[in-house]
Amino acid sequence: MSYQFDFSALLPYWPVFLQGVWLTLKLSALATVFGFVVGTLCAIARADGPPWLKTVVAIYVETIRNTPLLVQIFLVYFGFASLGLKVTANTAAVAALVVNVGAYTCEIVRAGLESIHKSQLEAAECLGLTRTQTYWHVIVRPAIERVYPALTSQYVLLMLASSITSQISAEELTAVANRIQSDTFRSFETYIVTGALYIVLSFVVRAAFTLFGLVIFPRRRKLGTAI
Amino acid sequence: MSLTPVHLQFIAIGGLWTIGLSAIAFIGGSIIGFALALARISPSPLVRRLAAGYIQIVQGTPLLVTLFLFYFGLAVIGLDRLPAIVAAGFGLVVYSSAFLAEIWRGCLESVPKTQWEAAECLALTRWQRMTRVILPQAMRIATAPTVGFLVQIVKNTSLASVVGFVELAQAGKLVNNTIFEPFTVFIVVAAFYFVICYPLSAWSRSLERKLNVGRR
Amino acid sequence: MSAVVSLSNVHKSFGAVQVLRGVSFEVGPGEVVAVIGASGSGKSTALRCINALETVDSGEITVCGHKVHDPALDRRALRRDVGIVFQSYNLFPHLTVAQNIMLAPTCVKDMGKAEARKLAESVLARVGLSEKADNYPEQLSGGQQQRVAIARSLAMQPKLMLFDEVTSALDPQLTGEVLRVMEDLARGGMSMILVTHEMAFARKVASKVIFMHQGKVWETGPGAMLDDPQTQELREFLHNGL
Repeated sequence: MSYQFDFSALLPYWPVFLQGVWLTLKLSALATVFGFVVGTLCAIARADGPPWLKTVVAIYVETIRNTPLLVQIFLVYFGFASLGLKVTANTAAVAALVVNVGAYTCEIVRAGLESIHKSQLEAAECLGLTRTQTYWHVIVRPAIERVYPALTSQYVLLMLASSITSQISAEELTAVANRIQSDTFRSFETYIVTGALYIVLSFVVRAAFTLFGLVIFPRRRKLGTAI
Repeated sequence: MSLTPVHLQFIAIGGLWTIGLSAIAFIGGSIIGFALALARISPSPLVRRLAAGYIQIVQGTPLLVTLFLFYFGLAVIGLDRLPAIVAAGFGLVVYSSAFLAEIWRGCLESVPKTQWEAAECLALTRWQRMTRVILPQAMRIATAPTVGFLVQIVKNTSLASVVGFVELAQAGKLVNNTIFEPFTVFIVVAAFYFVICYPLSAWSRSLERKLNVGRR
Repeated sequence: MSAVVSLSNVHKSFGAVQVLRGVSFEVGPGEVVAVIGASGSGKSTALRCINALETVDSGEITVCGHKVHDPALDRRALRRDVGIVFQSYNLFPHLTVAQNIMLAPTCVKDMGKAEARKLAESVLARVGLSEKADNYPEQLSGGQQQRVAIARSLAMQPKLMLFDEVTSALDPQLTGEVLRVMEDLARGGMSMILVTHEMAFARKVASKVIFMHQGKVWETGPGAMLDDPQTQELREFLHNGL
């Protein structure tokens, strides 16, 4: 129990840590944007697609939700290779995260779509809106507004889970930390700093989502209540 | 080289360790998580804040980093000869406790306030109110999300592989190191996880449906 | 002049339940028709058939020249001519009052935003809610929401307005403000069909009252018919209902 903490050995590495933070933000932002698109399309397909497509989406969602992200990352990484495609670890990381978070997004958005009452569709129909117009204005937009808090939590989890891509040596905060600890041999201190940075990141990401929500949902800004 | 029955058996044993580690994480996480959930609704603001702080710190740190912290932290206090399951177990218990605490706090709070008041008017003590009135109702609500979180625990035990614990994912890595058929090996590993997780997911969903029907 | 709406021998069943059993009536231009009857008499179903929310099993419905019974009906064209207001308002909760009204003109008629906004303001003035344009539906009372729903329909400049028990969900003191708006519309020459429980309003405003019973038009006449019912069923309905 005579361990001497020594954080000073990490001081020269602070630009490297910051670089790691930036890479993690970039990685998770990419995965969030594409994951949202994939997930929303899947939710729409699952709610209103042809039967075969519903089945395909259901299989996709269940497969992803019942297997670990780590294994999905390996499968995507080695899957590209076995297809003869040469991709960087980072591309494979983003692809795996998109596939993963797309499935969770699908479930969340689907719950939102199902929460829109049938009478809303009838009203839109009676105003003469086309199917597509109704879908966009009366179903998808309010549904996403309604599940926005759940999506926010999911994307904060995604940011934290992106640390797992260090296992295929993708460039992000945890991979950077792994390198620093093997350089300095101050492993415990390195991961304490890393953990603290992730905590800060999770606050920052959550705050960013809240702000973004206020910008894109004027109703939330004005009334401050959930739809 | 290709996958042989010996490899499959090795992976299957890894699967048993996955289940074992999940059980440790769930049982340990439940005990601490339950205490935390109670602390979160404690009358004392200090207790509430401490519990909230713990939960925020754990939920804000990636499990991978938590596992590294326990792995290197145990070594720091001179316990570097412990088997890998100790660090993995501690890390997963801490992780599960924070999430279970938040799930259960939500369930406790979803019991209508009038139930507390009614129990209070019957002159029950705080402990009696909790055990006789609130908990039985909260537990009914809590089963579905708890089983759902069990799926998260099983999947997240895969991260114990980073501290060298041989569960499913690590077993897969080791087999792959000898035969180098990554795609096949990890499909098999994924299938094992699916077989463990899918029944739990389905169970959680059916519990949720039953609860919703009961409420209507 | 030809009728705005004509139903002839319309039948409609839901499973084994015959809801409409040969319904026929006509609505002329500028006419206000009140449809009354007990719940289950088929009055709301008749209204929903007129707007093609339900498809009829047999019989013919013509609305503003659209053959509604025809499987090849152009529903969107029909709905440009017909406005409908529901019991449950069905405003879009994520849009402001003005946006609720502007949605259809911009989507369906490709109207510009500025022009649509002007239109919204003018129809809001007609229902007496000019100052609520930038509020959200949940900030309004039930009566105000229902008036917005009426304004939303008016913005499409329909030739016919349908009202499906629009005051049934409202407190008595809020009912009056909605009925006044409807009365103004009627005076302005709008062709209207209203399914209603407000007998006093039907007697005062309707040019024709239709009493439905067991899926059929049982008795029909001017508003005064309510003071002098000819059939036993209408007498009982008025007696029990009022």
